[in-house]
Amino acid sequence: MAGKFAGGSFIENLPKIYGMYTGGFLVFVLLMAILEQMGVGADTIGILFVAFTIVIYAGIGVLSRTMAVDAYYVAGRQVPAVFNGMATAADWMSGASFVAMAGGIYFGGHGYLAFVVGWTGGYILVASLMAPYLRKFGCYTVPDFIGTRYGGNLPRFLGVVVLAVASFTYVTAQINATGTIAARALQIPFEVGVWFGLLGILLCSMLGGMRAVTWTQVAQYIVLIIAYLVPVFWMSNKQGFGLIPQFVYGDAVQRITELETLHGLGTLDAVEGAKGGLRALSVPFATAGDSAMASWKFVTLVACMMMGTASLPHILMRYFTTPSVRAARQSVAWSLMFIFLLYFTAPALATFTKLQILDPNLATGIIGKPIESVLALEWIQKWAAVDFLQIIDANSDGILQLNEFFMRGDIVVLATPEIAGLPYVISGLVAAGGMAAAMSTADGLLLAIANALSHDLYYKIIDPEAETKKRLLVARVLLLGIGAAGAFVASLKLTSILGAVAWAFDFACSGLFFPIVLGIWWKRANRQGAIAGMAGGFLVGTWYLYMVRWGGMDPWIGIDHLRFGMIGMPVSLVLMVVVSLMTPEPDAETQAMVDEIRVPSGETVIDSSH
Amino acid sequence: MMDTSKREEHWRRTKSLMVVTLTIWFIFSFVVHWFAAGLNSVTFAGWPLGFYMAAQGSEIVFVLTLFWFVRAQDKIDRDCGVAEEE
Repeated sequence: MAGKFAGGSFIENLPKIYGMYTGGFLVFVLLMAILEQMGVGADTIGILFVAFTIVIYAGIGVLSRTMAVDAYYVAGRQVPAVFNGMATAADWMSGASFVAMAGGIYFGGHGYLAFVVGWTGGYILVASLMAPYLRKFGCYTVPDFIGTRYGGNLPRFLGVVVLAVASFTYVTAQINATGTIAARALQIPFEVGVWFGLLGILLCSMLGGMRAVTWTQVAQYIVLIIAYLVPVFWMSNKQGFGLIPQFVYGDAVQRITELETLHGLGTLDAVEGAKGGLRALSVPFATAGDSAMASWKFVTLVACMMMGTASLPHILMRYFTTPSVRAARQSVAWSLMFIFLLYFTAPALATFTKLQILDPNLATGIIGKPIESVLALEWIQKWAAVDFLQIIDANSDGILQLNEFFMRGDIVVLATPEIAGLPYVISGLVAAGGMAAAMSTADGLLLAIANALSHDLYYKIIDPEAETKKRLLVARVLLLGIGAAGAFVASLKLTSILGAVAWAFDFACSGLFFPIVLGIWWKRANRQGAIAGMAGGFLVGTWYLYMVRWGGMDPWIGIDHLRFGMIGMPVSLVLMVVVSLMTPEPDAETQAMVDEIRVPSGETVIDSSH
Repeated sequence: MMDTSKREEHWRRTKSLMVVTLTIWFIFSFVVHWFAAGLNSVTFAGWPLGFYMAAQGSEIVFVLTLFWFVRAQDKIDRDCGVAEEE
């Protein structure tokens, strides 16, 4: 059975297999719609959506099981560019992208779009500076490149540390998201939902490593993109916003600016007493701050997210799985294309949701309406019951003002189908999409950490004599252990999803960006420089985060805790260059290796079965 | 072992392509958004231009740039005889 997901005929048949899979999923959605018409409850439909998709992913995971090192670490290096692009897109788009991004834009307006710009433009750096060269190198993990390029165990070890910290910060947020969605859809407590989510995640990755994760991520991308786009298109056409909403929402943006003035945005006093995590609208949507500081805050956030994208090992390692250097490059372009489909839809979704809530001329508008009639709306009652929104009549006039309506950003994705009056089946679809997004990212991250620990720490540093069987056993035990640790931390609910996600990018770029880039583009970079660059950038960045977030220090020139990569990166660059130049240049063998990385043709630099 | 002058030409052209690609990247990642407030006074197909560039414009440029980059790098690899055998 395992052979089915390994052989050449499987690769040739990929378009057919995933075509049938997509068709099958659409039939399932239709079936759910029919069940809804027959009177089956929304809860049952939600459960069926989440359970059915998880069973499919787990099935793919089990069919892709392997005992070969090459298949476990790099999917046998045979994933075609387009499919690797889909897998990367799923790997990339987290529960936060899926559930929270549109809500972030809804509340943050133009300022929040820095995330959208940063999380797409980073792929230019991945394609032009990194992915093709790392593919030619032939490593299994990112620390594998650092360890071999710079030589010695210390650089490799530091690479593992930065990778583990950045990825673990990120993975707890993903397990948290799977727990939230599982808890809501299956109606189990959050603490149980977290462990249930972890079970699904491990079923996809334990037996087949990178190969299993690749083929489940492709399946998860298909579900998540359908789940994101269908409601937006449907809503847009139902509400008369236009056939392809992404291209026509300009007028809606302008209308929102008028409505903000009408509703007195910026002139109203803040109302106290909202429940935790709920916010009232207070920032203008389209207006960009007209000061050097506002521009600076925008571009520094963009910079951290972009360099972070290009340093996050769970993304870079996806490009180790393509059959050639050329395919790795193509695959980055396809990844960005598939990510773009969701990211350019999120601002449109945020705009339409805002318009529907703000515009008194629309049937869905609630601001400026009598509170009594708003409280009678079904979606208001439903989401208020689970503390996702709240209405406080601060001035007791019985009319809902902008500053009296509080909600969680997640509502924009989760509740918009209901606000627009779409059938329940769409809500089930959205839950399945959010689950797919969170699971696929969690899988990639867990695998990145476990592979670095098993390959770089255990096999390369601790026990280089270990047999294949033992190496793969260690890899799986680590996967299980790290997953459990992640679920445990997630169940403690320590940080909000967004804070943790942005930090992962800052950690990664502070410690890894320059050691990887200069390792390829600057032959003179040596071991001492890399050690100084990784350790210095990472430690100073972490110190800054600590001081700004918990140590009571005022941020320097607007560089807050979300942007601490702006401190870590320059330190890393300067230390790496200065220390490299003060110490002897790398030996001739290393320099020849760098020359070899830069040329696509020929064998990989390190032995494929290392 | 391949001829060194071809390799040097390959790396020189690869570096220029990288510089051009990253220049486009820099303009649409940073320069355009630095002037977002000013651009917002211009309307583009209904959008305030500064908002549009952040919500959609830069992203479209990124996608197109990457597909162009892939083709350009392929051509360099083939011209210099270092492309992989398919």
